[in-house]
Amino acid sequence: MLEDFAGRYPYFLTAALLVLGLYGMLAKRNLFKQVIGMTIFQTAIFLFFIQGAAKWGGTVPVLDPARGTDPAQYVNPLPHVLILTAIVVGVANTGVALALLYTIHRRFGTLDEARILEKAKGEH
Amino acid sequence: MSHLPLLVPVVYLVFSLLSVLGGLWRRSLGYALALVGAGVCVPLALWGLFQALSQGRIRYALGGWPPPFGIEYVLDPLAGLLCALIATIGLVVLVYARWSVAREVPEKAPLLYPVALLLLSGLTGIVVTGDLFNLFVFLEIASLSAYALLATGRGLAPLAAFRYLMMGMIAGSFYLLGVGFLYFSTGSLNMADVAERLEPLAGSRAVAAAALLMALGLGLKMALFPLHLWLPDAYTYAPSAVTGLIAPVMTKVAGYALIRLTLDVFGPAYMTERVPLLPVVGWLAAGGILVGSVMAIAQTDFRRMLAYSSVGQVAYVALGLGLGNPMGLVGALLHTLNHAFMKGCLFLVAGGVFYREGVTEVPHYAGLGRTMPWTMAALTVGAVGMIGIPPTAGFFSKWYLVLGALDARNWVFVGVILVSSLLTAVYFFRVLEQVYTAPRPADMPAAPHSDPPLGMLVPILVLGAGVLVLGLINSLIVTHVLQRVAAPLAGG
Repeated sequence: MLEDFAGRYPYFLTAALLVLGLYGMLAKRNLFKQVIGMTIFQTAIFLFFIQGAAKWGGTVPVLDPARGTDPAQYVNPLPHVLILTAIVVGVANTGVALALLYTIHRRFGTLDEARILEKAKGEH
Repeated sequence: MSHLPLLVPVVYLVFSLLSVLGGLWRRSLGYALALVGAGVCVPLALWGLFQALSQGRIRYALGGWPPPFGIEYVLDPLAGLLCALIATIGLVVLVYARWSVAREVPEKAPLLYPVALLLLSGLTGIVVTGDLFNLFVFLEIASLSAYALLATGRGLAPLAAFRYLMMGMIAGSFYLLGVGFLYFSTGSLNMADVAERLEPLAGSRAVAAAALLMALGLGLKMALFPLHLWLPDAYTYAPSAVTGLIAPVMTKVAGYALIRLTLDVFGPAYMTERVPLLPVVGWLAAGGILVGSVMAIAQTDFRRMLAYSSVGQVAYVALGLGLGNPMGLVGALLHTLNHAFMKGCLFLVAGGVFYREGVTEVPHYAGLGRTMPWTMAALTVGAVGMIGIPPTAGFFSKWYLVLGALDARNWVFVGVILVSSLLTAVYFFRVLEQVYTAPRPADMPAAPHSDPPLGMLVPILVLGAGVLVLGLINSLIVTHVLQRVAAPLAGG
């Protein structure tokens, strides 16, 4: 049991972070807290990719004459590259979300979902 | 020409940038450049489709890096067809957008057109890419543009766009997580390469998790019941031109990605037997068809009714895929085409009525049959297509779906398709009754208005005519494109 956990703890941590992020996105009524949940959710996935690339005794993926060309000696660079792209996508998502929050706040004067819906009803 | 697969998304991307720069200098130049970009892409996409049909698969290694190490773009008949569809709808709606945007959100026009091109770039990119991670990037490009476009609308539009962003983020992340599982299992991201390496891994739990996560993510993006809750608000509050662009193609492209994964990565046998995702998709779709149709009947706002109807109609595509046999898939793909034209036509009609009358409620459509004869004729054709009355395109896609359901001996699905056609008839005949027989309501100006300006009317009529033309040439599309695409399902 304990050994099982020791071998797989990155997965459990990722899952815990994912659940935490989802909780923030779906259960919180303040839109800003939902954005925070979204960021946690994204980060969990980044960490999942990074742990998948890690190797015991592996070094940076730059050819080292002392270590030769054995791929087992180097950390897999591809997940890092993918995650760099995914981080950019995540930043874009967060940026658009914050811009939307700005628009919502300017139009309704609040970021509480229930109060926004109330105010929108009052306008009709 | 070997560069063909990449050409359409790149042309959109370049003209998107040019349109921003042109728009900064002169407002009308930004629009003109966007229109030129969309115009150039239609012949390119059609040429790509014909090349793909005559030569089979056209493969292009980005940057000269051979797959599976580099990113690969693949233009096969299915991708060519979807690309041509997106380009056509994109051009028609951009022509329409000029008047519609000037009436509804004039202050946002300079940036709306470049973002619309960015959306088209993302959608066509999803269609032609042969790389799992690249698909994620294009999916996010398209989604981010869609959030920005949808948020430009009135009232609750920013909140609706924000909710859509939350759902889209979860969907994209699930898909990305699935890509991670697949990559760590197979060590590759190229679709064809992954498919080969998956064969010995059929029993792996990580691969099953990957299939589940990716299907979940794409199901959310395509608004598959019960993951559709973001869609009605997003479509209702957005400007007409934006809905007219997003509703026909956006959810359909997510459906395309699911079809592509099923056919070319996991394989239909894996998705029906080892990890029975396709049957689940089929049953959810059956639920979505009924719920979408019933909810559409309950709406009084014409655009909201169309949005709920979209939930039901996109479920037809999922149902056809869920059947897992060639007839079902032919029906699903034919319905993708038809629904793009029908729903595009109807949303543009809604925008045309809003342009002249400033109303969206169905009771306010009363008497429009006399004052806006051409627009209402297009509405009638679109409605008849949605119900599925021959010779419109809607009839033939439902016909193939029913044949597919009969092939699978699934009587419940046959029943669902027939019942939903009746439900669709209920909500569209209600609109048609208002339009043609009801007297003009007292609270509306009696002065007869006419059809919207030509710049809006021509796109509406083009899409309306498309519904009829697709119906008449459906056997050509089915025999030359769709049956070839669906052929792999026949064995499995």
